[in-house]
Amino acid sequence: MPTGPTWNLLADVQQMFALHFMVNAFRAGTIVAVLAGAIGWFMVLRRQSFAGHTLAIVSYPGAAGAVLLGLSASLGYYIAAVAAALVIAAVPRSPSGQSYGEESAVIGTVQAFALASGALFVSLYGGFLNSQTSLLFGTFLGISNDQVVVLLVVAVVSLGVLCGIGRPLFFATVDADVAIARGVPGRLLSLAFLVLLGCAAAAASQITGALLVFSLLVMPAAAAQLITARPAVSFALTLLLAVVVTWLALGAAFYTVYPVGFWLTSFGFGLYVIAAVATGSTKLGRRRRALGPAIA
Amino acid sequence: MMVPAVAPWVGLVHMLEIPFLRNALLAGTGIALACGFTGYFIVLRAQVFTADALSHVAFTGALAALAFGVDLRLGLYGACIGLAIIMAALGAVGRADDTVIGSVFAWVLGLGALFLSIYTTARSGAGGGTAGISVLFGSVLGISPADAWAAFGIGLGICAAMLAIARPLLFATLDEAVARARGVPVRALSYAFLILVGLTAAEATQAVGAFLLLGLLAAPGGAAQRLSGKPFVALGLTVVIAVGSVWAGLTLTYLAPKVLPSFGIIAVATSAYVLAFAVSVVRERRSRSGTGPQVSSGLKRGGMLMRRVPD
Repeated sequence: MPTGPTWNLLADVQQMFALHFMVNAFRAGTIVAVLAGAIGWFMVLRRQSFAGHTLAIVSYPGAAGAVLLGLSASLGYYIAAVAAALVIAAVPRSPSGQSYGEESAVIGTVQAFALASGALFVSLYGGFLNSQTSLLFGTFLGISNDQVVVLLVVAVVSLGVLCGIGRPLFFATVDADVAIARGVPGRLLSLAFLVLLGCAAAAASQITGALLVFSLLVMPAAAAQLITARPAVSFALTLLLAVVVTWLALGAAFYTVYPVGFWLTSFGFGLYVIAAVATGSTKLGRRRRALGPAIA
Repeated sequence: MMVPAVAPWVGLVHMLEIPFLRNALLAGTGIALACGFTGYFIVLRAQVFTADALSHVAFTGALAALAFGVDLRLGLYGACIGLAIIMAALGAVGRADDTVIGSVFAWVLGLGALFLSIYTTARSGAGGGTAGISVLFGSVLGISPADAWAAFGIGLGICAAMLAIARPLLFATLDEAVARARGVPVRALSYAFLILVGLTAAEATQAVGAFLLLGLLAAPGGAAQRLSGKPFVALGLTVVIAVGSVWAGLTLTYLAPKVLPSFGIIAVATSAYVLAFAVSVVRERRSRSGTGPQVSSGLKRGGMLMRRVPD
């Protein structure tokens, strides 16, 4: 194990990369960061954070259930997340009085039921307590080569689909009524997006843990959208921020005893707060400048 | 021992004779009452995500208390009420959107992970690993008689407070602008409401766990609103469904000891929601086909207020 960072960056990175599990952690982390960043950008724009949170949490019973049945945990992650995405999308928004409260009640119920099932699976399985904590709060240890390959395949397929539906999805998100009037299949798009969100949440939760997926799904995108309003720029910025946060967190977790999930959320949140404060102050400055002559 | 007796009534009487089940029922009833009263408004005000954040934060609070060796309850109530005030303040600035809520509470959960690791490394061998898990998923069967009475009392207190603010809160929820114009203290109400939700979360965490609480908050409220458009009928229904879920769930645990009590409770609450959903779909279809009375579900949300307006 490491003796501690020397603050000679090159030497520190070399020390980390001498260990195969760290190389794999960085590979997996980078893949997940790009995937979660890209899909998270749309999620934040569509105000579906609660759905994203629930889809991430659902991976916990998925993994626990798969282990209980003797299947591979990562299979369980994806099956559960996609199934939950279908349930959330299937509940029809009632035609007349569609309200956000109703929809969020469904999501909340799905989430609580998923967690309860996870707890049941774990108790039926017995033992397994240590990995339960890492299911919830993430681990970067012991990521196998196979897992990296699976993550890469999932990421490539999801991003490919996202590229395909990106433009109409953006249109439907920004102006739903006009998009539907122009013949964009809004319902189908939102279903496809929820499934993609499920895949991204399942992939990310293998690194960050089911509870802390938000550090990659929400925080980089939220910070980037605060910094700039131009879609293409903020999208690129999101990917960059997500990757940087992941690398920093992996490095910090390697050199300290504290869990990677804590570092991920802390760096992500720090970034978001800095972005909020910085843009808030420039906005204030601009307003003051605009008002300046009028007051004077 | 735990095998149910032949006749159902004998079984139920036997169930009530088991001390830990009796305590669980007592605490569970208090918690369900509180969850029912707050849950109805949570769904109506579309604050399920906020409630979710509050209930997850209980986890961080409890583990912080464990890590630093303070009384567990101090951590629980401190974290929940603190975050409730923060959420209400954020909401006052400009309706706290879900991005802000998500970012804040993901970070608080990350802190929880930190405290968990501090606690487990500082006290390895003291069953540290299970402490976090029991905070998350609750241990209603392990509750002591004193704690059970305390939970029941706090639950009743929250109910009384909710009843006191129910009417103005309903007004402020359904039509904020008009309520404000009529002199209803909208802002103070939203603070008071979120603090009550925080109290509920802190109290319920000890029994049903930080994670599963959301099921008791969201499912009964959602189900009741599917069933009735009249606010106070729906409120009553919510409370009935919540209390019924706890009772039925605990009975389930008694009948099948392998089923975790928390799972039983949430499973019953979830099925209640699914059932209510089915009923409302059937009803809507019947009214649309023209045979039934034409009840527009647009009335559901603004029910009372809209009906008063003459056409």
